[in-house]
Amino acid sequence: MEFYRSHVLVCAGTGCTSTESLEVRDALNKEIERLNLTKEVKIVTTGCFGFCNLGPIIVVYPEGTFYCRVNPDDVREVAEEHFLKGRVVSRLLYKEPDSDIKVADFDKIEFFTHQKRVALRNCGLIDPEKIEEYIAQDGYFALGKALSELTPQEVIEIIKKSGLRGRGGGGFSAGLKWQFAHNTPGNVKYVVCNADEGDPGAFMDRSVLEGDPHSVIEAMAIAGYAIGSNQGYVYVRAEYPIAVRRLQIAIEQARSLGLLGKNIFGTGFDFDLDIRLGAGAFVCGEETALLTSIEGHRGEPRPRPPFPAVEGLWKKPTLLNNVETYANIPAIILKGAEWFAGIGTEKSKGTKVFALAGKINNTGLIEVPMGTSLKTIVYDIGGGIPGGKKFKAAQTGGPSGGCIPAHLIDTEIDYDNLLALGSMMGSGGLIVMDESDCMVDIARFFLEFTQEESCGKCPPCRIGTKRMLEILERITEGKGVPEDIENLEVLAETIKNASLCGLGQTAPNPVLSTLKFFKDEYESHIIDKKCPAGVCHALLTFFVIAEKCRGCGLCARVCPVGAISGKPREPYIIDAEKCIKCGECIEKCKFDAIVKM
Amino acid sequence: MKSLDELKAIREQAKTDLSNRETEYMARVEVAMATCGITAGAREVLNTVLEEITTRNLKNIQVSQTGCPGLCYNEPLVTIVKPGQPRFMYGKVTPDRVRKIIAQHIINDQPIKEWLINLE
Repeated sequence: MEFYRSHVLVCAGTGCTSTESLEVRDALNKEIERLNLTKEVKIVTTGCFGFCNLGPIIVVYPEGTFYCRVNPDDVREVAEEHFLKGRVVSRLLYKEPDSDIKVADFDKIEFFTHQKRVALRNCGLIDPEKIEEYIAQDGYFALGKALSELTPQEVIEIIKKSGLRGRGGGGFSAGLKWQFAHNTPGNVKYVVCNADEGDPGAFMDRSVLEGDPHSVIEAMAIAGYAIGSNQGYVYVRAEYPIAVRRLQIAIEQARSLGLLGKNIFGTGFDFDLDIRLGAGAFVCGEETALLTSIEGHRGEPRPRPPFPAVEGLWKKPTLLNNVETYANIPAIILKGAEWFAGIGTEKSKGTKVFALAGKINNTGLIEVPMGTSLKTIVYDIGGGIPGGKKFKAAQTGGPSGGCIPAHLIDTEIDYDNLLALGSMMGSGGLIVMDESDCMVDIARFFLEFTQEESCGKCPPCRIGTKRMLEILERITEGKGVPEDIENLEVLAETIKNASLCGLGQTAPNPVLSTLKFFKDEYESHIIDKKCPAGVCHALLTFFVIAEKCRGCGLCARVCPVGAISGKPREPYIIDAEKCIKCGECIEKCKFDAIVKM
Repeated sequence: MKSLDELKAIREQAKTDLSNRETEYMARVEVAMATCGITAGAREVLNTVLEEITTRNLKNIQVSQTGCPGLCYNEPLVTIVKPGQPRFMYGKVTPDRVRKIIAQHIINDQPIKEWLINLE
């Protein structure tokens, strides 16, 4: 490699590539050639910085200048001003929400200052397709340390002492899982990585594989050493093409340097990895279904025990962890269990990555210490709610989780607090809802998802979720009856208790938690036939406020069913019988004279 | 990979290449790159700095460019900044001179007094 005076980091995660970051990169390369700076400035593509709604993002070093929403047309100005003349282009700098303060320095942006990055430590900072950049950040030294200084049992003790819990959803102690797999006798064992991320809105696993694939490879090799396995599989969904490609490149690079393969570091330890592609079924994120899918069968779960640590892939002892769990391992081995256990709360150690989505200013990926309050996440890091609307609730754990209502916004987020609220950590999707979201509709949305993704093997999940969805659809259409609430509760309990796997056991959670915190909304839908948030169209009536209407007639012209009538310069009238509640008239009215209630 | 030492060697090389992404540095070389500097040959000077860092395998050096500090008659100007030390500004720098500045000032910590233009 050569030394360059400036490195320009271009985010090439899925978020930014969808906003043309690769075009920006190509334009940067062209400009650098045109300005004859090819020996001075180097363009580097990296993984995700986490600030996805500001993409495409570029960071210019050595200054650490953070430019956002750079489109290919801006590149010429950045190259001529910044690269050639050394002047920062302030128009493209980040602006903190609700103020005009522009921040040039990447480390000083509030979105980043509250974060602590362990699993995402290299994402956005290194080129994921260059193993040397990972090694420069002490990459593969944890594997070296484990192989040369520690016994397998000592490695497991470190993981146990660190208090790391599985980041895929259940939150089971990673160290114990490793211990079980280690203790099961057998010549052939497997290490498997669950990268079948399926929660709507969660994308941390994708981001780690795209931005720092070597951290997962290194951790799996360490796990192989700890439990006595020589072969690993990464089960990743085919819908993540960039992640799959980068992981493939990373595995090949690790093989060519001898960090995977035979006799690693001359210690006699062999380990290799292969990728298995999933077809994108949500149920394959469940461990037994995932293993069945790797074996080449239809992805359906089976009863536990036996647990995979005893009888897993091809009936051999198998260690299965999630991407984010693995990404923590090298840091724990290098920095020690005490360092990791020093972060977080009493029973939830370390940090957690959350995918912020929904009604929030800074959509993206963040990593915070366990125990950070929801308020800090939503307001300080997330930048609050767009349009100054009121925070109503946050859904954690995706379709398996539940909501945290506004009066509990000071809740410190960790595994146990979320469970106590009837939600769960899940993989870390965090969907923010404001006053214009209907909680019944949200519950219906998540149930629609789980109902569709139910594999159909066990009746409680297959039939039960369908029945629950039917009731919810009826309620949102204004046909709910008072018994519906009780029926939902009975069905929910049955499905939770009787389902075979985690998908069914958690599927009713969104309904139960909205019933717990927002029962009044269900009641207004069922009894008053009203949707307080104004979302469920069947329950709304549209009408014209006579004082505001100027009688321009625009609404009558756009109405597709001819439900609006009136005389020019006199208030118009909407015929509720004919109205299909499409909302076209509200959009078009210039005087805000049409409302829905 | 036969041994940890092999991995260490890769890390040392890679760290050098990535040192300009660190916020802490051993020395920073600032080359004035306004129109006056470039016409006087600042670009050749800058390229020499980059070459020297590569061939000498120097670690933790940052190279940046600045605008015109107003001393156009003394261009090309190169400023060497080390943490905790005053800034040393050299005038009329040539590729040959900058090689010497790197060897004497950056590596051996002995500023070359006769080429300095700020003697504080």
